[in-house]
Amino acid sequence: MTDYTQVLFKNRRPGETASLETYEKTGGYEGLRIALQKTPGEICAQVKYSGLRGRGGAGFPTGVKWSFFPADQPGEKYLVCNGDEMEPGTYKDRQLLLADPHQLIEGMVIAAYALQAPVGYIFLRYAYEDCSQVIERAIAEAEAAGYLGKDILGSGFSCELHLHRSAGRYILGEETALINGLEGRRPNPRSKPPFPAQRGLFGRPTNVNNIETLANVPHIMRNGNAWYQQLSAPESSPGTKLFGLSGHFNRTECFELPLGVTLREVVQEYGGGLRNGKRFKACLPGGASSPYMTAEHLDVAMDFNALEEIGSRLGTAGVTAFDEDTCMVAVTRNINRFFARESCGWCTPCRDGLQTISWLLDKIENGQGTEDDLTMLHDQVRNINGRSFCALAEGAMGPVEALLRLFEDEIKEHIRKGKCPFG
Amino acid sequence: MSELLPQQQIDKLKAHAAEIEHPHEMIVDVLREIQAHHGWVPDAGVVLTAEILGITPVEVEEIATFYDKIFRQPVGKRVVHICDSICCWSTGGEEIADHLQQTLGIGFGETTADGLFTLLPTCCLGACGDAPAMMIGLTTYGPLTATKVDEILAKERAELAKTTSGKD
Repeated sequence: MTDYTQVLFKNRRPGETASLETYEKTGGYEGLRIALQKTPGEICAQVKYSGLRGRGGAGFPTGVKWSFFPADQPGEKYLVCNGDEMEPGTYKDRQLLLADPHQLIEGMVIAAYALQAPVGYIFLRYAYEDCSQVIERAIAEAEAAGYLGKDILGSGFSCELHLHRSAGRYILGEETALINGLEGRRPNPRSKPPFPAQRGLFGRPTNVNNIETLANVPHIMRNGNAWYQQLSAPESSPGTKLFGLSGHFNRTECFELPLGVTLREVVQEYGGGLRNGKRFKACLPGGASSPYMTAEHLDVAMDFNALEEIGSRLGTAGVTAFDEDTCMVAVTRNINRFFARESCGWCTPCRDGLQTISWLLDKIENGQGTEDDLTMLHDQVRNINGRSFCALAEGAMGPVEALLRLFEDEIKEHIRKGKCPFG
Repeated sequence: MSELLPQQQIDKLKAHAAEIEHPHEMIVDVLREIQAHHGWVPDAGVVLTAEILGITPVEVEEIATFYDKIFRQPVGKRVVHICDSICCWSTGGEEIADHLQQTLGIGFGETTADGLFTLLPTCCLGACGDAPAMMIGLTTYGPLTATKVDEILAKERAELAKTTSGKD
């Protein structure tokens, strides 16, 4: 394993959460001091030119998102941290919070200042009770040390952070559903436009960023853009990324790697190959909604643009590996069942379309599939893509579309043999 | 645990609701407090939440029925959530789910005769590196084997026996 620079994980120790003292000793809250010397506009510009891209799955440039935010508009404005992390195969934000939570607090205070949105909410999923305790302690420590609260470090800027503990459901990770969830409204997504930057939480301008995205901001402030950009090779995808490995890897751990490492390095060096000496067949490169990569993609660079070029997405960089004995129809059926169950039911393509796909994949996997079912599967993907109300169904089509594109022979073998060839 | 919430806690929540601009945002918090105290949220819990926040019961119900981790039906003292998403599935999660059903003697959605455990499937718990995983109450366990499941259930049983005997 190469000795890559650790930024987000530099204070990670097994079974320990870095204290405020440890965080400060390693440069913690220096980024905030530097940021408070700048104007909000200067910070937004720096984040924009750093090239930081959202770590929640979409990879949208963070500084560009910030530039849409009406920081000068009077009245309430909100900063929201999306800590829903419910994409199957994704556990990086949990690892980040349990390792060194003050990065999120510092990142949020800097973002709140840059966006002039002094009230922040951290939205956390139900299953992360361990993280919620870590965040509450970090908030209390930051307040006591003057990094959070009134007149932060004598700058005149004040900021308050609230933790919201949710109660389940994947759809809350969609930013407008999340905003409804924070408000105590039924968490169906809202129509866009208006985008949250115009009308978000309580009808006010709201900026939503992922935990890992916000945690990168203090390091960029403290070390500068040149430093940030040299962390990785691809110009389009600067910085490090937390890769959470799962599935059939020998090592299923979370690693901080430069963007642009090859899939081969992830599989062989970090995953330690596959269990029982089996061969690598395929993986989800970035959570359950990212189209599969196969052995022919082993030399592809794991960055936002390179993965788009091969018809996949870096997503959350939660890499789930499948060995040569895995039936990809069965994998896709499992993933699709997840999306079908988690559909909020608001729009028909998602509510009914995903159920239909589940029914078709059940039929094929159980050996009752026909050529017509395969045609219908293609039709369903075409009819759902671009027609659902939010990105949930569109994401659900990722693995189904990839199954049809990369493993059509395997589907046909199920149909021809009248049973799953993997037993 | 027959009462929904102690009066002191109700008063505290009401005072907080009166202080903030949008009491609506506390719905999930109040439901979770009722569930933590009472085990699940009966109709009376929905009405109490509405009363605390000064809103209508239907505004609470549309939230309570949306979230899968708010229980609107009686559950055992501990809810066992076994993950059935892709990482757990690919590492033997189905076998663990079968083992849980056999050892507890119940199917999904059912509660053991002694009232201790309810078994439910859940989507990804964010413990993909420790798959297969389950969550009991608010504690996540993984990676699981049948033997480890038995040990964890025994530990949970012992803890429950302690709290029950302590209270009675």
